[in-house]
Amino acid sequence: MFRYILRRLIQAALVLVGVSVITFLLSYALPADPARMIAGRSATPETVEKIRHELGLDRPLPVQYFNYAWGLLHGDMGRSYVQKTEVTTLLKSRLPATIQLAVAGILFELILALPLGIIAALRKGKLTDQLTMVFAFFGVSAPQFALGLILLYFFGYRLSLVPLGGYGTLKHIILPGLTIGITGAGWYARVMRSSMLEVLSQQYIRTAKAKGVSKWAVVTKHALRNAILPIIAMIGLDIGIFMSGVVVVESVFAWPGIGQMAWQAIQLVDIPVIMGVVTVAAVAIVIGNLLADLVYPFLDPRIEYR
Amino acid sequence: MKRVVATVVLAVALIMSLALSAAASGGNVVVSFKSDVSTLDPAIGYDWQNWSIIKSIFNGLMDYVPGTTKLRTKLAKSYEISPDGLTYTFHLRDDVVFHNGRKVVASDVKYSLERVLNPETQSPGLGFYLGIKGAKAFSEGEAEEVSGIKVIDDHTIQFVLNEPNAAFLHILALNFSFVVPKEEVEKYGKDFGHHPVGTGAFRLKEWVLGQRLVLERNPDYFIPNRPQVDQITFLIGIEPTVALLKLQRGEVDILGDGIPPARFVQVMKDPKLSKLVEQGEQIQTGYVTLNTRVKPLDNKKVRQALNMAINKERICLMINNRAVPANQVLPPLMPGYDTEFSGYPYDPEKAKALLAEAGYSNGFSTVLYCSNVDPNPRIAQAIQQDLAAIGVNVEIKALAPSTVIQAGGTEGGAPMLWSGGMAWIADYPDPNNFYWPILASASATSGGWNWAWYSNPELDALAAKADTMVAPEEQEERLELWKKIYRQVMEDAPWIPIFHEKRFTMHSERLTGPEGIFVDPIHIPVNYEEVQIR
Repeated sequence: MFRYILRRLIQAALVLVGVSVITFLLSYALPADPARMIAGRSATPETVEKIRHELGLDRPLPVQYFNYAWGLLHGDMGRSYVQKTEVTTLLKSRLPATIQLAVAGILFELILALPLGIIAALRKGKLTDQLTMVFAFFGVSAPQFALGLILLYFFGYRLSLVPLGGYGTLKHIILPGLTIGITGAGWYARVMRSSMLEVLSQQYIRTAKAKGVSKWAVVTKHALRNAILPIIAMIGLDIGIFMSGVVVVESVFAWPGIGQMAWQAIQLVDIPVIMGVVTVAAVAIVIGNLLADLVYPFLDPRIEYR
Repeated sequence: MKRVVATVVLAVALIMSLALSAAASGGNVVVSFKSDVSTLDPAIGYDWQNWSIIKSIFNGLMDYVPGTTKLRTKLAKSYEISPDGLTYTFHLRDDVVFHNGRKVVASDVKYSLERVLNPETQSPGLGFYLGIKGAKAFSEGEAEEVSGIKVIDDHTIQFVLNEPNAAFLHILALNFSFVVPKEEVEKYGKDFGHHPVGTGAFRLKEWVLGQRLVLERNPDYFIPNRPQVDQITFLIGIEPTVALLKLQRGEVDILGDGIPPARFVQVMKDPKLSKLVEQGEQIQTGYVTLNTRVKPLDNKKVRQALNMAINKERICLMINNRAVPANQVLPPLMPGYDTEFSGYPYDPEKAKALLAEAGYSNGFSTVLYCSNVDPNPRIAQAIQQDLAAIGVNVEIKALAPSTVIQAGGTEGGAPMLWSGGMAWIADYPDPNNFYWPILASASATSGGWNWAWYSNPELDALAAKADTMVAPEEQEERLELWKKIYRQVMEDAPWIPIFHEKRFTMHSERLTGPEGIFVDPIHIPVNYEEVQIR
């Protein structure tokens, strides 16, 4: 088992090195010249040249990469071209909001999706099943931007039940969490339904039913534990994706997370910030996958570490 | 009778209290912004969002009368200009203290400008101050100090220029020259922009990245009865659409990003909402550059023909009349705007005839660059249609603004370029700001902003002459000279001026202030120092 973990960790490290090389090169493939952008429109070519030198952009590419990677290993991601603040400071100020929203979003997804998926599976082919799957389709295909604005308009502006966006209290998190929940629950509900159907057709379920175990107990005690496995894997992936920020939802609800910052940085071609966000996202996705892989065998003893 | 007296007394009391409340200062003004406020370092901040915020935290020697483009002194009490226009002597006020309690002295002014000229600061304003004697040598590391900035005593500072520059006072009203305390800059280093300490009407109270920036009244501010409110809160991360809802609910006082384009027509048609919108002008011109070094645009007749082919009214209509058609280089708010000049008429037939005269009776093909941010691609398409009508076949390249700017600054890079979203808003209200950076021969260089690559040495000489006219009694003559220069530019036709953008500031009903502060040409969206709560 330890060999397995070690191997996965080494793989993860290699992925991250690859990501750092690619993001570094991508940022240099951009047509924008950061020195010229900082210099502004009244700058003479000599001024631009001086700023390029200050930024170290006139050094050979491998040297620049080495400096970048060396900084990264020491927790230094450079300074934002636009805000002039350290990228790590910016990321640190944004991470808590993103973590909260990711957790809330996943909770809402599960609260909505698990009951729906289970009910749909139990009532397979009946009207309830079809209605549930229509909802799932609706959720999957609704654009987060439109859904978020509609929720905000009714619950925030019209009914004044929740604030019009912002951050701080539990009330602030309801709508953004719900928006992620509704749009994400469709996937979860469909996976839950098919997984449940598969488990319900297993021999041991029939045995349990034959023994006279109540339907409720069959579902909660016997079927659910196995049917939920694919959901765990999905949560692992979701954590990774959400940690890079939920750009649209964060923008609509004025949620001060990483996604909002990434969106601003992309518009302003603030390369150090973009690279910082990509790095955080890559680390989060790698960790999310790793966790899902490691938790699996605990829940299902049939899976072995190899 | 008793009742009448009582009524009168009551009425007077009521009017008094109303009058008093109108004049009373205090309260918290809330401004919404979508994007984070970047740096508040006056040497570095150079976007429309932080420009006015910096002005409310810091001050320079010069400033403008609120709501106008008229210069007035600020940290300076008075100044003298030598007859040759080369030496400027400023006498500082002696009642100005930084937010940290220290008195401002002349060496602070020198320090602040040398900081801008030091390439390590990476100031986008560096170029404005190279006209000061010794500035170039200092910025290239060849001198310890700028010889042309002399501290005479604690309250007197003198600038010596290489050449006379009639816009020098404007340049000393730019944020880059604003005075910063050395000890605080050294304390915070590169993070000074997030710990601003100045002399201005407001000081920093709280800054939570990505959420809010709060400024509070500076009790030691040197101008009496200013600012008029206790606090200004900038709410960050608010989508313009949501900001409008918040304003309707009374949670926001000013839409920092303006009215969301998708809701513009609806807002303007709504009798209640449109009352909250104030319309003004901007010192801005949107234009198409015609590259004078690319065939067949190197032919003056071709450029003039293109000038007659564009239906500018239609383009303004396309953007819901958020702009007025332009017939010349300068916008109406700019001193030197020529009210007697009418420019080229919209006349496709005459344009065709002129093209034929130039030897292009069958038209030609060319490329038009533009920013890919709405509405610019739509405007480019309108230009494309208009030019197709006279037989000119235009291919549109809508790209990221930074890429378009790059193409414009490369010789032969962009035959035609629509400037919308990129250029040109005046840095300061003097006609030379529309000449030197975007039309002068010297700016037709790689990485420059003269995207037409226009070069007319005669006009360069006239512009240089205009800049030597610094005496107050010469100003009328100077503006006449600028009018002559810009008439010749229009004759040479390196541009097709398309429109001047208007400004729409939407604010809550409770906000008020002196005439014009909501469309102050120097402050976007509003002059924070002058704004009041009813």
